[in-house]
Amino acid sequence: MNLTTLCTKLNHRIRTSLLLLTAVILAGCGGEQQSGSGLTRVEQGSLNGVIHFGNGVEPEGLDPHIVTGVAENKIVSALFEGLVTKHPETLEVEPGMAESWEISDDGTLYTFHLREDALWSNGDPVTAVDFHWSWRRLLTPALGAQYNYNLFPVVNAEAYANGEIDDFSQVGVEAIDDYTLRVQLNNPTPYFLQLLDHYSTFAVHRPTIEQFGTISDRLSPWARPGNIVTNGPFELAEWQINSHVLVEKSDSYWDADSVRLNAIMYYPTENLVTEDRMFRDGQLHYTNEIVLDRIPVYRAERPEVVRIEPWLGSYFYMFNTTKPPFDDVRVRKAFAMVIDRQLITESVMQGIVQPSYALVPPDTLGYYPPSTFDYDPEAARALLAEAGYPNGEGFPGADLLYNTHESHRRLAVAIQQMLQRELGVSISLLNQEWKVYLENQDNFNYDMSRRGWIGDYVDPNTFLDMYVTDGGNNKTGFSDPRYDEIILQEAPNTLDRDKRYALYQEAERILIDAMPILPIYTYSTKHLVDPSVQGLPPNIMDHINWKYVWLDPNA
Amino acid sequence: MWRFIGLRTLQAIPVILTVITVTFFLVRAAPGGPFDDEKAVSPQVQAALEAQYRLDLPMHEQYLTYLADLFRGDMGPSFNYPGRSVNELIFQGLPITAELGFYALLVAVGVGVLAGVIAALKPNTVQDYVPMGLAMVGICMPSFLLGPMLVLIFGIWLDWLPVSGWGNTPGDKILPSITLGAMYAAYIARLSRSGMLEVLSQDYLRTARAKGLPERVVVIKHALRAGLLPVVSYLGPAFAGLLSGSFVVETIFQIPGLGRFYVQAAFNRDYTMILGTTTFLATLIVVFNLLSDFVAAWLNPRLRYQFNKGK
Repeated sequence: MNLTTLCTKLNHRIRTSLLLLTAVILAGCGGEQQSGSGLTRVEQGSLNGVIHFGNGVEPEGLDPHIVTGVAENKIVSALFEGLVTKHPETLEVEPGMAESWEISDDGTLYTFHLREDALWSNGDPVTAVDFHWSWRRLLTPALGAQYNYNLFPVVNAEAYANGEIDDFSQVGVEAIDDYTLRVQLNNPTPYFLQLLDHYSTFAVHRPTIEQFGTISDRLSPWARPGNIVTNGPFELAEWQINSHVLVEKSDSYWDADSVRLNAIMYYPTENLVTEDRMFRDGQLHYTNEIVLDRIPVYRAERPEVVRIEPWLGSYFYMFNTTKPPFDDVRVRKAFAMVIDRQLITESVMQGIVQPSYALVPPDTLGYYPPSTFDYDPEAARALLAEAGYPNGEGFPGADLLYNTHESHRRLAVAIQQMLQRELGVSISLLNQEWKVYLENQDNFNYDMSRRGWIGDYVDPNTFLDMYVTDGGNNKTGFSDPRYDEIILQEAPNTLDRDKRYALYQEAERILIDAMPILPIYTYSTKHLVDPSVQGLPPNIMDHINWKYVWLDPNA
Repeated sequence: MWRFIGLRTLQAIPVILTVITVTFFLVRAAPGGPFDDEKAVSPQVQAALEAQYRLDLPMHEQYLTYLADLFRGDMGPSFNYPGRSVNELIFQGLPITAELGFYALLVAVGVGVLAGVIAALKPNTVQDYVPMGLAMVGICMPSFLLGPMLVLIFGIWLDWLPVSGWGNTPGDKILPSITLGAMYAAYIARLSRSGMLEVLSQDYLRTARAKGLPERVVVIKHALRAGLLPVVSYLGPAFAGLLSGSFVVETIFQIPGLGRFYVQAAFNRDYTMILGTTTFLATLIVVFNLLSDFVAAWLNPRLRYQFNKGK
């Protein structure tokens, strides 16, 4: 320290005592530096079966019927189990609370047989009555559950949730006995089983909820450590806000013998740079993200920890088709055809995402979107001239709206330049804080806007049903009667997967021909994963089935 | 004196009330609401959510109910963390932020006074320029730069200290305390330098030296006491500033303190949480300022006299 040299002229005793004081202060701040075994937290964890998991943001809650986010899902899926679970790699449905089920020939009547050895963490048996009551809770209008629509395929569920009927016995779910649950659907919804692995359809423990509040009480503290009763492979042990959530292996879980982790430590890691440092310092087994600029470094130095995989999500811009200049489909198409997606994904996005020319990501459980257009600046210029703006002359200008974020800005700048260069049109960039951006989208107070969509379940429907006429997530003004007919009537009633996918292709073709959205790329998930982590195969949902995860300290 | 204290305290009440009122209506005026999300919420669900948080009542009723609850010490439920109250969240974060602030203040005073005194002993020499130059750098360097730099050096290259956390691994409190304290240390260094310079030229110190006291006694026993008065009166506001300004450091080091709630609440439009944290911090700042007024008045009778005469 150069302070010492500065002090030479000072009386020796003063100097010593002041330095001593500083030392005492610093020591008071937390004692000596790392001591003990000399192992990092990750090495220690691998030996003890404790995974240290970067979970993005602080969970807002752990009530399966109320939470909505990805971070919450990662915890709730360790604490609870639905009627079914998903295979960690193929995402095909596996038995969960239900050990078997039958589907009627017309595909609308499901009979679930619950396993008799399933227990809540307090020792109560998990029964069909629990699911019946839990689904009633999810659909109770006053609860205001954002994901209640996941049960809308069930007969009368939507009417009950919207307060049109008060009698829950009219809803198509029935507990025949303690271990048999019968569900009547409106249409043979082929992805219905997938929905039963979504946390909104999980069962919750009725006595616990009623001990701390009513069926419709969002604000009750039932889902807190010490109160919460769960039925999954892990139990909630600690939850210190903005610090960590700790879950420990449950002994009462029916398949506890298969569970190989002893505990999961979740950390809120909203600051990507901090998360990166934690990984490098051996504090995390798994990061929620990778800082884009560091990807080349990791690829060069530690390629074995980099996990970049396709994700069931689309990144696109949408047009406000209700006002000029984007009420003209030729303008929208011209814009879409001059975006060099290859260049964007390779340079701006470091080659980690795939260019996209449609809405649904490719290979969504065997579905591939139709290809209808390509990068073609020549044709684009012709279209724009046809629309009355030859070489961009007379183009009124437009704002490109995005929520404040460095990666959105970079992409927007690249696209702004491509439009300028190829079409001679100038658009201005407009970044807004998240909630402001959302409100302006909702009010059609935008020209062009960034949008992203992550699928809720593995089926093209989770993307395509956004664009039905006046759909809540449409936000573009797009409306097409044939499209509505396919999405709302024909596809839900088509049992055969190939025929249904052909219908979805037809719908997607209609959508892309009208171009209310400008597809850009298909998302990827980006994680740094310590080599000791096993049983975490990549899948398109970025879904983790915690039962299968384990740690190999020797890897 | 008691009259002075009583009146100043009464004056603080309208200040706090104004803060509450302005905040209440400002957050409601901000675009977007607590339930807006990427996925649209159906009108029925939106209505149910608003009813759960009493947002369906007329605005003036909401305001009066909020004030009534606040008067009973209840800051309401958090919008963003269903099942948790604002009181609970604030009192969970406060001890951590206070601890961080306290250590940062120790760093600030320790380093700042040391540097200031060293500089003042030999004004306009290298011994003055170097610490004061460093202090200037300290004032100018934002914590979002200093923090990651310290982490890179001491956490990753040298591997001496943990890169993040609070109270999990030994030593993880050192870097955040230094990062947060640095700016205040720099300011205190300048304050103590000028304070000391003024005092060192006083006649009574010349007398002290003349009667043969060693320089060490002169500096420590006589000069420091008077020279550090400006630093002492700065401590109250500094501590309030440390409590309310620790957001950046809390984010860099993953510290579960109050500052993160404060900023997250604004992004989430968590109305009750914004109001709660703002009211709480405003009250804290008012109280610290009152206290330093009282101390100043107690130390300096002229202030009291002016106050009594002026009313």
